[in-house]
Amino acid sequence: MIHTTIGSAGHLLTIIAFASALLATFAYFKAGLSGTPLNEISSWKKYARTVFTIHAVAVFGIVFSLYWIIGNHYFEYHYAWKNSSLSLPTGYTISSFWQDQEGSFLLWIFWNVVLGGILIFSNRSWEAPVMTVFALVQAFLTSMILGVVIPGLDLKIGSTPFLLMKEVMPDLPVYKMDPNFIAKDGNGLNPLLQNYWMVIHPPTLFLGFATTLIPFSFAIAGLWTKKIQDWVRPALPWALFSALILGVGILMGAYWAYETLNFGSYWSWDPVENSSIVPWLILIAAIHTMIIARRNATALKTSFILTIATFILILYSTFMTRSGVLGNASVHSFTDLGLSGQLLIYLMTFTIVAIGLLVYRWKELPSDEEEVSTYSQEFWIFIGATLLCLSGFQILATTSIPVYNKIAEFFGGVLNMALPADQIGHYNKFQLWFFSLIIVLTGVGQYFWWKRVGKDKLQALYNPLLVALLISAAVITYQGVKEIQYIVLLTTSIFAIVSNGAILFQIIKGNYNLSGGAVTHIGVALMLIGILFSSAYTKVVSINNSGLMISRSAEFTNNDNKENKENITLWLNKPEKMGDYMLTWRDVRVEPRHIPEYIPKSWVDMIENDFHAVALRDIVVNEKKYYAKGDTLEIFPENFYYEIEYREPSGRVFNLFPRAQINPRMGLVSSPDIQRKLDKDLYTYVSMVTNPTAEPVWSPTENFTISMRDTFFVNDYVAVLDNVVRTEEVEGIKLGEGDAAVKAVIRVLDKDNEYVITPSFVIRDRLVARKPEVNKDLGFRVQFQEIDPATGKFTFAVNTTQRDFIVMKATEKPLINILWIGTFVLVIGFIMATIRRFKDFIKMRDKEHAEANKTKTKRTPAAV
Amino acid sequence: MKKIQIFGLIIIAVAIGIIVSTAGDASTYVDFGKAKEMADNGDTESIHVVGKLPKNAAGQIVDMQYHPEIDPNYFEFSLVDNKNMVQKVVYRSTKPQDFDKSEQVVVVGKMENGTFSAEKILMKCPSKYENGKMETTEATASKS
Repeated sequence: MIHTTIGSAGHLLTIIAFASALLATFAYFKAGLSGTPLNEISSWKKYARTVFTIHAVAVFGIVFSLYWIIGNHYFEYHYAWKNSSLSLPTGYTISSFWQDQEGSFLLWIFWNVVLGGILIFSNRSWEAPVMTVFALVQAFLTSMILGVVIPGLDLKIGSTPFLLMKEVMPDLPVYKMDPNFIAKDGNGLNPLLQNYWMVIHPPTLFLGFATTLIPFSFAIAGLWTKKIQDWVRPALPWALFSALILGVGILMGAYWAYETLNFGSYWSWDPVENSSIVPWLILIAAIHTMIIARRNATALKTSFILTIATFILILYSTFMTRSGVLGNASVHSFTDLGLSGQLLIYLMTFTIVAIGLLVYRWKELPSDEEEVSTYSQEFWIFIGATLLCLSGFQILATTSIPVYNKIAEFFGGVLNMALPADQIGHYNKFQLWFFSLIIVLTGVGQYFWWKRVGKDKLQALYNPLLVALLISAAVITYQGVKEIQYIVLLTTSIFAIVSNGAILFQIIKGNYNLSGGAVTHIGVALMLIGILFSSAYTKVVSINNSGLMISRSAEFTNNDNKENKENITLWLNKPEKMGDYMLTWRDVRVEPRHIPEYIPKSWVDMIENDFHAVALRDIVVNEKKYYAKGDTLEIFPENFYYEIEYREPSGRVFNLFPRAQINPRMGLVSSPDIQRKLDKDLYTYVSMVTNPTAEPVWSPTENFTISMRDTFFVNDYVAVLDNVVRTEEVEGIKLGEGDAAVKAVIRVLDKDNEYVITPSFVIRDRLVARKPEVNKDLGFRVQFQEIDPATGKFTFAVNTTQRDFIVMKATEKPLINILWIGTFVLVIGFIMATIRRFKDFIKMRDKEHAEANKTKTKRTPAAV
Repeated sequence: MKKIQIFGLIIIAVAIGIIVSTAGDASTYVDFGKAKEMADNGDTESIHVVGKLPKNAAGQIVDMQYHPEIDPNYFEFSLVDNKNMVQKVVYRSTKPQDFDKSEQVVVVGKMENGTFSAEKILMKCPSKYENGKMETTEATASKS
């Protein structure tokens, strides 16, 4: 049965959400214009609240409907079919919710409703103007998932997630035969996204995106209601919160990339990554100017510009990643849903309105009487903010290259510009210097901020400088840092840690509430050091030397491509030397759902197109028996783990299990396994495997008729028939009375190994049965074909196949843990600063309310 | 001149520097003919070429060489650019994982001695979870 009700309900609720958002915008706008005092609620405001409540309920309804469709596997719906499947564990069905554009818009809309609700309750005095902006944003966002075609105009607004398969692909032949056809299973979730980080990363990132709206709304509200100074106090804690969440979201994405993708890196300067880091940098700059905005008019003006810029940049990045403009430039942009026009209108509307309003009010903004002194805290914060903006600008200028092409195209030109061939080098060239300067300023700025230094008394900075130089010299010598740019980044970062640490030590005694800034700065400095060592000093361990012995003549004689020989081939159970390690690929393992470890693939027989497997033997892991032979167990059918044994020179052995996912639609998807040590990570992934699910292709049979002790050659190996013995037991065949079985003992000699193969020959119920033996390490199958009692000769049938191999790469990432420690310190610092500013805001708000009530009580008797 | 003005000038200078340098570092989209021409003129800048992978009737990519058992770091294939010029491309690394599923690829690199030496391959897979078609063989009708 096709469940049409839930989809229709979802679609209807989307329309309601859109209409109520528009209505709420208008009502809040009216309420904002009327400017009623704090203690009274205008009728427009009451009306607006009701409408916004309806909007909120509708949004929750849409979220519920879509989740219901996915959770209940209603594959008649295109969204559920496309993004989920029956075999998907519950946790990941949540990720299928936001795998596609519509769902991720919905996530954003959902967060805006939550945030809007919190603002209504926590900040009555700013409600009307702030919520006007909020509701307008909601109207634009809900329009993206509206999926309504305006008749007559042939204009489609938005793309709804509630379409049936039939509506998306009406031309499928199957619908001609059966109009009520429902797919049995869905397409499944992209295997790379089947990861716990992908369950929490998108909601965090979208909460980060959503929260940038709050400082923006306050800035617009401040301009509108002419509360030019006052908006900063309520906006600042939210700006900090937004920077915290957005930062955490970005870092989660980076960590996911490191752990799951095989780029071998946490950051690859991909346009999608860039378009989220740029708003974050500008937001950080905005926070710094907002902190001094109450004292300095230039900073106030800059705060307006930067908070507006942050939100506009979020819209711009949404446009870039979702309109298809990036095209080939990014691996993980969304495909074009035909929303580019709508997205552009969204971007343009807010850009024009915000900039227009700012220009309109510019004259009324205060100006500074005199210039800031070079020795003032404002000056240094200002320089820092400027550098952050320039850093963001550089990233944006390059990331926007595909946009320039589109603009040229729009005006009839052809630009054909492409992103730099060496993107990482291009960005690093600039960013390294920007961040060296920025990180120095965090230290210097803190000294000026806490008035430890000033004009004619810079001495206080000498001590941290001296300590930093000494530590840096030690680290540079010990770690062997030779390149000048890395020496600079390292020294400046260490200076930042020392100077911020000194400040932290001094102020923490007074009031630890105020130390958020210093803590955050230390976090950033640690991150920079971690990034420096783990990226610049990544060492490829798997340098391929064996290739030199093989003649692909031209390639190896003009050997200028040493750095490209970074992958090595491993054959099953054949040790290979790699760097200091001896490596052996031992086995392929699969991942059962209810056993804490991977089990060898040979233990189970996997059922095709399903997520179950049959146990071929008792499954015992860690001395606990989980399944008996013949039981059916649940597994992750796409996941295969390659057991690679690392033997260190000291004789210590450890195993890594890099993963290869064999996905019918994506081919091989590989994820690394990481050996984590205190001072470095050993990062390993397979870049090529022989398909573990494919049946081997055997060569034509070759027969060998030989006598005992004879030698023969198979596949370049020497084989010796050692013996033929009588046997009582043959696996898989039950021997009865009068049956007889013999097995041959064939010894195969490899370079450094000896293998014994024992095919059997059985006479059972007077019929001949032959049990072949397969040896995967050697890649052959031997069958005991015939015994000739007259000549005493034996015949064996031999087939050979491609031996199983994997191609893998291993790198070492030194000191990467400093990066992760830095991120934790950064997060703690942000939390501290956010809490402090929220406290500030609440204190001020309650004071305002108290005053408002005082005037009310004063006025009330007079009115009576 | 006031400090703020000097400051402004410096910022503008840096911004211009960034733009100039971006334009300088930016690569371009060309076809193989142009790539050859550039190489002949001694231009060693890396460029982007968009091309299609030649496929046989069964939809398999033809003219593709990858023998990891001999050398995992050598991958060779043919690419047809927008002007239908066929060019041998060599990529000195492992074969990218979703290469077989790709139709259109972008190669980044330069011409060297008659072959295009790719440093990077960007793939666009139309079938990669964005398929407009449903494989009807995979699903069977269910009536309930």
